[in-house]
Amino acid sequence: MTTFTLDFSADHFALFGLDRAQGVDTVALETRFRDIQAQVHPDKHTQGSDANQRLAMQWATRVNEAYQTLKSPLARARYLLQLQGHDAQIESNTAMPMDFLVAQMELREAVGEAKVGADDTVLDGVRRKLVIEIKEEYQRLRDLIDAQHDYVAAAGLVRQLMFQEKLLTEIDDALEAVLA
Amino acid sequence: MAYSEKVLDHYENPRNVGSFGKDDEGIATGMVGAPACGDVMKLQLKVGKDGVIEDAKFKTYGCGSAIASSSLVTEWVKGKTIDQALEIKNTQIAEELALPPVKIHCSILAEDAIKAAVADYKKKHGA
Repeated sequence: MTTFTLDFSADHFALFGLDRAQGVDTVALETRFRDIQAQVHPDKHTQGSDANQRLAMQWATRVNEAYQTLKSPLARARYLLQLQGHDAQIESNTAMPMDFLVAQMELREAVGEAKVGADDTVLDGVRRKLVIEIKEEYQRLRDLIDAQHDYVAAAGLVRQLMFQEKLLTEIDDALEAVLA
Repeated sequence: MAYSEKVLDHYENPRNVGSFGKDDEGIATGMVGAPACGDVMKLQLKVGKDGVIEDAKFKTYGCGSAIASSSLVTEWVKGKTIDQALEIKNTQIAEELALPPVKIHCSILAEDAIKAAVADYKKKHGA
Protein backbone atom coordinates (compact mmCIF):
# COMPACT_ATOMS: atom_id res chain seq x y z
CA MET A 1 0.00 0.00 0.00
CA THR A 2 1.23 3.41 -0.93
CA THR A 3 1.66 6.12 1.61
CA PHE A 4 1.76 9.74 0.61
CA THR A 5 4.73 11.81 1.53
CA LEU A 6 3.26 15.01 0.12
CA ASP A 7 2.36 17.83 2.46
CA PHE A 8 -1.25 18.93 2.13
CA SER A 9 -0.54 22.29 3.76
CA ALA A 10 2.20 23.20 1.29
CA ASP A 11 1.45 26.07 -1.07
CA HIS A 12 1.36 25.45 -4.83
CA PHE A 13 4.98 26.47 -5.32
CA ALA A 14 6.29 24.33 -2.47
CA LEU A 15 4.26 21.42 -3.78
CA PHE A 16 6.29 21.47 -6.99
CA GLY A 17 9.55 22.45 -5.29
CA LEU A 18 9.58 25.84 -7.00
CA ASP A 19 10.54 29.28 -5.76
CA ARG A 20 7.67 31.57 -4.94
CA ALA A 21 8.00 33.87 -7.92
CA GLN A 22 6.14 35.13 -10.96
CA GLY A 23 9.05 34.04 -13.15
CA VAL A 24 8.61 30.29 -13.02
CA ASP A 25 10.70 27.48 -14.50
CA THR A 26 8.00 26.05 -16.73
CA VAL A 27 10.01 22.96 -17.65
CA ALA A 28 10.54 22.10 -13.99
CA LEU A 29 6.86 22.75 -13.29
CA GLU A 30 5.81 20.43 -16.10
CA THR A 31 8.23 17.65 -15.08
CA ARG A 32 7.36 17.81 -11.41
CA PHE A 33 3.64 17.86 -12.22
CA ARG A 34 3.93 14.69 -14.32
CA ASP A 35 5.92 12.99 -11.53
CA ILE A 36 3.45 13.79 -8.79
CA GLN A 37 0.47 13.11 -11.02
CA ALA A 38 1.81 9.63 -11.75
CA GLN A 39 2.27 9.06 -8.01
CA VAL A 40 -1.20 10.13 -6.96
CA HIS A 41 -3.21 8.93 -9.93
CA PRO A 42 -6.33 7.16 -8.58
CA ASP A 43 -5.75 4.22 -10.97
CA LYS A 44 -2.60 3.42 -9.04
CA HIS A 45 -4.49 3.07 -5.82
CA THR A 46 -7.31 0.72 -6.77
CA GLN A 47 -5.82 -1.93 -4.48
CA GLY A 48 -5.50 0.39 -1.51
CA SER A 49 -7.96 0.94 1.31
CA ASP A 50 -10.99 3.14 0.76
CA ALA A 51 -9.34 5.86 2.79
CA ASN A 52 -6.22 5.64 0.71
CA GLN A 53 -8.18 5.78 -2.53
CA ARG A 54 -10.05 8.82 -1.32
CA LEU A 55 -6.78 10.44 -0.38
CA ALA A 56 -5.36 9.69 -3.82
CA MET A 57 -8.40 11.29 -5.39
CA GLN A 58 -8.07 14.39 -3.24
CA TRP A 59 -4.42 14.65 -4.11
CA ALA A 60 -5.03 14.28 -7.83
CA THR A 61 -7.50 17.17 -7.66
CA ARG A 62 -5.21 19.28 -5.50
CA VAL A 63 -2.18 18.72 -7.74
CA ASN A 64 -4.15 19.50 -10.86
CA GLU A 65 -5.49 22.73 -9.40
CA ALA A 66 -1.99 23.77 -8.32
CA TYR A 67 -0.62 23.03 -11.78
CA GLN A 68 -3.36 24.96 -13.58
CA THR A 69 -2.81 27.93 -11.28
CA LEU A 70 0.95 28.06 -11.76
CA LYS A 71 0.86 27.37 -15.49
CA SER A 72 -1.20 30.47 -16.34
CA PRO A 73 0.77 33.69 -15.76
CA LEU A 74 -2.40 35.54 -14.79
CA ALA A 75 -3.65 32.93 -12.32
CA ARG A 76 -0.09 32.61 -10.98
CA ALA A 77 0.14 36.35 -10.34
CA ARG A 78 -3.24 36.38 -8.60
CA TYR A 79 -2.16 33.47 -6.44
CA LEU A 80 1.15 35.11 -5.57
CA LEU A 81 -0.61 38.33 -4.59
CA GLN A 82 -2.95 36.28 -2.42
CA LEU A 83 0.04 34.60 -0.72
CA GLN A 84 1.42 38.08 -0.05
CA GLY A 85 -1.86 39.09 1.52
CA HIS A 86 -2.81 41.35 -1.39
CA ASP A 87 -6.23 40.74 -2.85
CA ALA A 88 -6.25 41.63 -6.55
CA GLN A 89 -9.86 42.84 -6.00
CA ILE A 90 -11.08 41.46 -9.27
CA GLU A 91 -14.64 41.25 -7.95
CA SER A 92 -14.83 44.59 -6.21
CA ASN A 93 -12.53 47.13 -7.85
CA THR A 94 -14.22 48.71 -10.85
CA ALA A 95 -12.13 51.87 -11.05
CA MET A 96 -9.83 51.35 -13.99
CA PRO A 97 -7.95 54.22 -15.66
CA MET A 98 -10.40 56.09 -17.89
CA ASP A 99 -8.22 55.98 -21.01
CA PHE A 100 -7.78 52.24 -20.61
CA LEU A 101 -11.54 51.66 -20.40
CA VAL A 102 -12.21 53.98 -23.33
CA ALA A 103 -9.66 52.06 -25.40
CA GLN A 104 -11.17 48.74 -24.30
CA MET A 105 -14.62 49.87 -25.34
CA GLU A 106 -13.38 51.07 -28.73
CA LEU A 107 -11.56 47.80 -29.32
CA ARG A 108 -14.65 45.78 -28.39
CA GLU A 109 -16.65 47.88 -30.79
CA ALA A 110 -14.11 47.36 -33.57
CA VAL A 111 -14.05 43.62 -32.93
CA GLY A 112 -17.85 43.48 -32.90
CA GLU A 113 -18.07 45.33 -36.21
CA ALA A 114 -15.34 43.23 -37.80
CA LYS A 115 -17.16 40.10 -36.69
CA VAL A 116 -20.43 41.27 -38.26
CA GLY A 117 -18.56 42.37 -41.40
CA ALA A 118 -16.61 39.10 -41.49
CA ASP A 119 -13.40 41.13 -41.71
CA ASP A 120 -10.65 38.77 -40.59
CA THR A 121 -7.91 41.23 -41.64
CA VAL A 122 -9.07 43.73 -39.03
CA LEU A 123 -9.44 40.99 -36.42
CA ASP A 124 -5.96 39.70 -37.19
CA GLY A 125 -4.50 43.19 -36.91
CA VAL A 126 -6.15 43.91 -33.55
CA ARG A 127 -5.13 40.49 -32.30
CA ARG A 128 -1.48 40.87 -33.26
CA LYS A 129 -1.21 44.22 -31.50
CA LEU A 130 -2.98 42.92 -28.41
CA VAL A 131 -0.76 39.84 -28.15
CA ILE A 132 2.36 42.03 -28.15
CA GLU A 133 0.87 44.32 -25.51
CA ILE A 134 -0.10 41.41 -23.29
CA LYS A 135 3.35 39.88 -23.61
CA GLU A 136 5.02 43.14 -22.56
CA GLU A 137 2.65 43.49 -19.65
CA TYR A 138 3.44 40.02 -18.37
CA GLN A 139 7.10 40.99 -18.38
CA ARG A 140 6.25 44.12 -16.43
CA LEU A 141 4.14 42.07 -14.03
CA ARG A 142 7.09 39.79 -13.38
CA ASP A 143 9.29 42.77 -12.68
CA LEU A 144 6.71 44.35 -10.35
CA ILE A 145 6.27 41.18 -8.33
CA ASP A 146 9.72 39.57 -8.32
CA ALA A 147 12.03 42.60 -8.40
CA GLN A 148 10.10 45.58 -7.10
CA HIS A 149 7.68 43.79 -4.77
CA ASP A 150 5.15 46.45 -5.71
CA TYR A 151 2.01 44.42 -5.10
CA VAL A 152 -0.39 47.33 -5.40
CA ALA A 153 0.82 48.14 -8.91
CA ALA A 154 0.89 44.42 -9.72
CA ALA A 155 -2.76 44.07 -8.64
CA GLY A 156 -3.69 46.95 -10.95
CA LEU A 157 -1.90 45.31 -13.83
CA VAL A 158 -3.58 41.97 -13.08
CA ARG A 159 -6.98 43.65 -13.31
CA GLN A 160 -5.98 45.27 -16.59
CA LEU A 161 -4.74 41.98 -18.02
CA MET A 162 -8.04 40.33 -17.15
CA PHE A 163 -9.80 42.69 -19.57
CA GLN A 164 -7.18 42.09 -22.24
CA GLU A 165 -7.28 38.31 -21.90
CA LYS A 166 -11.06 38.50 -22.18
CA LEU A 167 -10.74 40.65 -25.31
CA LEU A 168 -8.28 38.16 -26.78
CA THR A 169 -10.80 35.36 -26.21
CA GLU A 170 -13.48 37.44 -27.91
CA ILE A 171 -11.23 38.07 -30.90
CA ASP A 172 -10.44 34.37 -31.16
CA ASP A 173 -14.14 33.53 -31.02
CA ALA A 174 -14.84 36.14 -33.69
CA LEU A 175 -12.06 34.79 -35.91
CA GLU A 176 -13.37 31.29 -35.50
CA ALA A 177 -16.86 32.44 -36.47
CA VAL A 178 -15.60 34.45 -39.45
CA LEU A 179 -13.29 31.76 -40.79
CA ALA A 180 -15.71 28.91 -40.21
CA MET B 1 -28.21 29.97 -16.71
CA ALA B 2 -31.64 31.40 -17.33
CA TYR B 3 -32.11 35.14 -17.26
CA SER B 4 -35.09 36.62 -15.46
CA GLU B 5 -37.86 38.20 -17.53
CA LYS B 6 -36.84 41.68 -16.47
CA VAL B 7 -33.25 41.08 -17.52
CA LEU B 8 -34.42 39.78 -20.89
CA ASP B 9 -36.70 42.77 -21.35
CA HIS B 10 -33.87 45.26 -20.74
CA TYR B 11 -31.46 43.16 -22.76
CA GLU B 12 -33.76 42.94 -25.77
CA ASN B 13 -35.06 46.49 -25.49
CA PRO B 14 -32.30 48.42 -23.78
CA ARG B 15 -33.37 51.90 -22.67
CA ASN B 16 -31.28 54.97 -23.39
CA VAL B 17 -28.40 53.40 -25.30
CA GLY B 18 -25.84 55.80 -26.71
CA SER B 19 -23.80 58.84 -25.86
CA PHE B 20 -24.38 62.55 -25.48
CA GLY B 21 -22.36 64.99 -27.54
CA LYS B 22 -18.97 65.68 -26.05
CA ASP B 23 -19.66 69.39 -25.79
CA ASP B 24 -23.22 69.17 -24.53
CA GLU B 25 -23.89 71.20 -21.44
CA GLY B 26 -24.08 69.49 -18.03
CA ILE B 27 -22.84 66.10 -19.13
CA ALA B 28 -21.08 63.90 -16.60
CA THR B 29 -19.48 60.63 -17.58
CA GLY B 30 -18.77 57.60 -15.43
CA MET B 31 -16.75 54.76 -16.80
CA VAL B 32 -16.11 51.56 -14.91
CA GLY B 33 -15.03 48.01 -15.62
CA ALA B 34 -15.37 44.63 -13.94
CA PRO B 35 -12.07 42.72 -14.15
CA ALA B 36 -13.69 39.41 -13.19
CA CYS B 37 -15.74 39.27 -16.38
CA GLY B 38 -14.16 41.98 -18.55
CA ASP B 39 -17.36 44.03 -18.74
CA VAL B 40 -17.01 47.73 -19.48
CA MET B 41 -19.76 50.24 -18.70
CA LYS B 42 -20.13 53.90 -19.59
CA LEU B 43 -22.89 55.92 -17.95
CA GLN B 44 -23.59 59.51 -18.90
CA LEU B 45 -25.85 61.87 -16.99
CA LYS B 46 -27.31 65.09 -18.31
CA VAL B 47 -27.69 67.30 -15.28
CA GLY B 48 -29.76 70.47 -15.27
CA LYS B 49 -28.71 73.70 -13.57
CA ASP B 50 -30.85 72.75 -10.58
CA GLY B 51 -28.80 69.57 -10.06
CA VAL B 52 -31.60 67.31 -11.31
CA ILE B 53 -30.74 64.55 -13.78
CA GLU B 54 -32.73 65.27 -16.94
CA ASP B 55 -31.52 62.41 -19.07
CA ALA B 56 -29.11 59.48 -19.01
CA LYS B 57 -27.45 57.29 -21.57
CA PHE B 58 -25.33 54.18 -21.35
CA LYS B 59 -23.09 51.97 -23.36
CA THR B 60 -22.09 48.59 -21.97
CA TYR B 61 -19.95 45.79 -23.26
CA GLY B 62 -20.77 42.73 -21.28
CA CYS B 63 -23.30 40.05 -20.52
CA GLY B 64 -27.08 40.42 -20.48
CA SER B 65 -27.11 41.16 -16.75
CA ALA B 66 -24.60 43.99 -17.12
CA ILE B 67 -26.59 45.52 -19.98
CA ALA B 68 -29.85 45.17 -18.05
CA SER B 69 -28.31 46.69 -14.90
CA SER B 70 -27.08 49.75 -16.76
CA SER B 71 -30.29 50.10 -18.77
CA LEU B 72 -32.27 50.00 -15.54
CA VAL B 73 -30.21 52.67 -13.80
CA THR B 74 -30.61 55.08 -16.71
CA GLU B 75 -34.35 54.88 -16.04
CA TRP B 76 -33.99 55.13 -12.29
CA VAL B 77 -31.71 58.18 -12.19
CA LYS B 78 -33.94 60.37 -14.34
CA GLY B 79 -35.68 63.03 -12.28
CA LYS B 80 -33.42 62.43 -9.31
CA THR B 81 -30.88 64.91 -7.96
CA ILE B 82 -27.30 63.74 -8.17
CA ASP B 83 -27.27 63.08 -4.44
CA GLN B 84 -30.45 61.04 -4.67
CA ALA B 85 -28.90 59.08 -7.53
CA LEU B 86 -26.02 58.16 -5.22
CA GLU B 87 -28.51 56.43 -2.96
CA ILE B 88 -29.24 53.77 -5.57
CA LYS B 89 -27.67 50.61 -4.24
CA ASN B 90 -26.57 47.53 -6.10
CA THR B 91 -28.84 45.41 -3.91
CA GLN B 92 -31.90 47.29 -5.26
CA ILE B 93 -30.73 46.71 -8.83
CA ALA B 94 -30.05 43.03 -8.17
CA GLU B 95 -33.45 42.64 -6.51
CA GLU B 96 -35.36 44.40 -9.29
CA LEU B 97 -33.71 42.26 -11.97
CA ALA B 98 -33.68 39.08 -9.85
CA LEU B 99 -29.98 38.62 -10.52
CA PRO B 100 -28.46 35.33 -9.36
CA PRO B 101 -25.48 35.50 -6.96
CA VAL B 102 -22.90 35.04 -9.73
CA LYS B 103 -24.24 38.15 -11.48
CA ILE B 104 -24.27 40.45 -8.45
CA HIS B 105 -21.07 42.06 -9.70
CA CYS B 106 -23.05 43.42 -12.68
CA SER B 107 -25.23 45.39 -10.28
CA ILE B 108 -22.14 46.56 -8.40
CA LEU B 109 -20.74 47.77 -11.70
CA ALA B 110 -23.90 49.79 -12.37
CA GLU B 111 -23.84 51.33 -8.89
CA ASP B 112 -20.18 52.22 -9.31
CA ALA B 113 -20.95 53.77 -12.71
CA ILE B 114 -23.41 56.16 -11.03
CA LYS B 115 -20.81 57.04 -8.39
CA ALA B 116 -18.18 57.64 -11.08
CA ALA B 117 -20.51 59.84 -13.12
CA VAL B 118 -21.50 61.89 -10.08
CA ALA B 119 -17.84 62.24 -9.11
CA ASP B 120 -17.14 63.49 -12.62
CA TYR B 121 -20.00 66.00 -12.34
CA LYS B 122 -18.76 67.26 -8.98
CA LYS B 123 -15.22 67.56 -10.28
CA LYS B 124 -16.38 69.63 -13.26
CA HIS B 125 -18.62 71.82 -11.16
CA GLY B 126 -16.46 72.14 -8.09
CA ALA B 127 -19.32 70.96 -5.89
